Amino acid sequence: MITINGKAAFGGIVIGKIKEFSKEKNVVRRTKITDAKAEYTRFENARETAIEQLAGLYEKAVKEVGETNAAIFEVHQMMLEDDDYLDSVKNMIETQMVNAEFAVATTGDNFASIFSEMDDEYMKERAADVKDISERVIRILSGVEDSDGLSSDEEDAFIVVADDLAPSETIQLDRSKVLAFVTRKGSTNSHTAILARTMNIPALVCTPLDKDVDGRIAVVDGNSGKIILDPEEETIVSYEKLLKEERERKELLLRLKGQKTVTKSGKEIKLYANIGGVKDVAAVLQNDAAGIGLFRSEFLYLQSDTYPTENEQFNAYKTVAEMMAGKKVIIRTLDIGADKQIDYFNLDKEENPALGYRAVRICLDRPEIFKTQLRALYRASAYGNIAIMIPMIASLWEVRKAKELAETVKEELKAEGIAYGEVEFGIMIETPAAVMLADELAKEVDFFSIGTNDLTQYTLAIDRQNEKLDVFYDAHHPAVLRMIQMVIDSAHRAGIWAGICGELGADTTMTETFVQMGIDELSVSPAMVLPVRNKILGVE
Amino acid sequence: MKTFQYEVKDELGIHARPAGMLVKVAKGFQSKVTIEKGEKNADASRLMAVMALAVKQGETVTVTVEGEDEEAAFEGIKAFFEENL
Repeated sequence: MITINGKAAFGGIVIGKIKEFSKEKNVVRRTKITDAKAEYTRFENARETAIEQLAGLYEKAVKEVGETNAAIFEVHQMMLEDDDYLDSVKNMIETQMVNAEFAVATTGDNFASIFSEMDDEYMKERAADVKDISERVIRILSGVEDSDGLSSDEEDAFIVVADDLAPSETIQLDRSKVLAFVTRKGSTNSHTAILARTMNIPALVCTPLDKDVDGRIAVVDGNSGKIILDPEEETIVSYEKLLKEERERKELLLRLKGQKTVTKSGKEIKLYANIGGVKDVAAVLQNDAAGIGLFRSEFLYLQSDTYPTENEQFNAYKTVAEMMAGKKVIIRTLDIGADKQIDYFNLDKEENPALGYRAVRICLDRPEIFKTQLRALYRASAYGNIAIMIPMIASLWEVRKAKELAETVKEELKAEGIAYGEVEFGIMIETPAAVMLADELAKEVDFFSIGTNDLTQYTLAIDRQNEKLDVFYDAHHPAVLRMIQMVIDSAHRAGIWAGICGELGADTTMTETFVQMGIDELSVSPAMVLPVRNKILGVE
Repeated sequence: MKTFQYEVKDELGIHARPAGMLVKVAKGFQSKVTIEKGEKNADASRLMAVMALAVKQGETVTVTVEGEDEEAAFEGIKAFFEENL
């Protein structure tokens, strides 16, 4: 059993047999010809056939992946009608008296190198397009069948492995015979990766596989970006279990996607998703969450060697806001501390990090860091429906101070003529102190979101990492449940909404209880959105 | 001869798809349509040349039309840029 890591272009799990997709690389030979005119006519005929084939692929692609994604095949046809390209081929045949295959190959290489030398990632990718159309013409010229290598008499579907796949090759493959795509080269932004996503096929790129994989059994795990060759029985069993769960989730998805999350008595619950970065947004949309209830902004700080700039943050928040297209995006401000160390923050080692210098405490102590984040958040709010959420609140003055800084930031932006939108301002309730003060806190903010993980740990005085305490730990401890009830009641008395974004929110054995308590919002991991919706639909 | 300047607003610049559409439009006129970016220029009826200009968002191009139907070509090409780029 060998595990090889690649880059995931599209998630999903499959188990199956590998089929190496080998392009019959046409070795183009240079030969002398005698009749240039006849040779050019031969090229013209092949070119027309190629354009017809591409028109066919375009039609197929429009049906399978939509007009926008199919457009590349229209561009391919037009490349074969490009005067410069045609002149070059013609000129080479006439002046050098060479065969059409050689003229096309050379012309293709020349044009490809114009693109590949460009200082522009997008244009670099176009080099592959030029090569692809040239190879098609060469195949036709040399009478090679345009087949996908998956012979039609074989019943099974395969994991298709290739060095690289051109968009035309991807779309040409019979969808019903492809379990997954794995390429040794390629990028997650290539057309092929985009097509795989649209076709819903798990795909890995940049996967350093050996040449001798044809016919071997493998597991492709597009969720974590790896392929397991010759998996052991145990591995297969555990993946089959995952597959089953995935299938069930898909069934749920088909049934529940697009439905509102309402109880039988007609109360709509805001069912949002928790994310840790921009890359998770796809899962949020796939699972049909009504918004993002917890966007952990720490990743911006964790993935950087120094404080992320306002613009870096702005771009990340704006991207998520735009991808969510007007749906609510609740971004939690910086929540780090001695347990999530970041070198450049130079935090002292603490005896008791859970009770230490962390989250809003750092933000209020070092307002320059906080203000940079607030500026980025407000600027991004012009591009979508952003809400700000402050973690680890224990006192009223902390909320007031945070709001004051937010006001300063807004005034600064206004003075600079920079646009910002309406932003809901809320806090996380995760300390017992905040629960006790909920009535007063509710008058200061637009919403509460209960962080049940920390709230439980602080309320029960139990460290969840300590296994010895497992018998004492109870996720459904009545003290915690009473606190949740208090928070919801305080929120409603002040006319604001209250939700849960901790792990408990996704506990479907508790969903009914929370609804009865009057919860307005639940924010859960993307994969749990539909199971929770399913539960809510069945609750009074 | 008629000419206009245009600042490209599309996020991807004149990428493959709009370049293809532009070529179609330009081929619909008899006039010669030239796109100029800095030192480089391209015949708008030639797809690869237009793509090779690699015009990005925020860059300004000068478009020149010359020929019998230049009035119509000028209007048509200008409208194309405004709608698509």
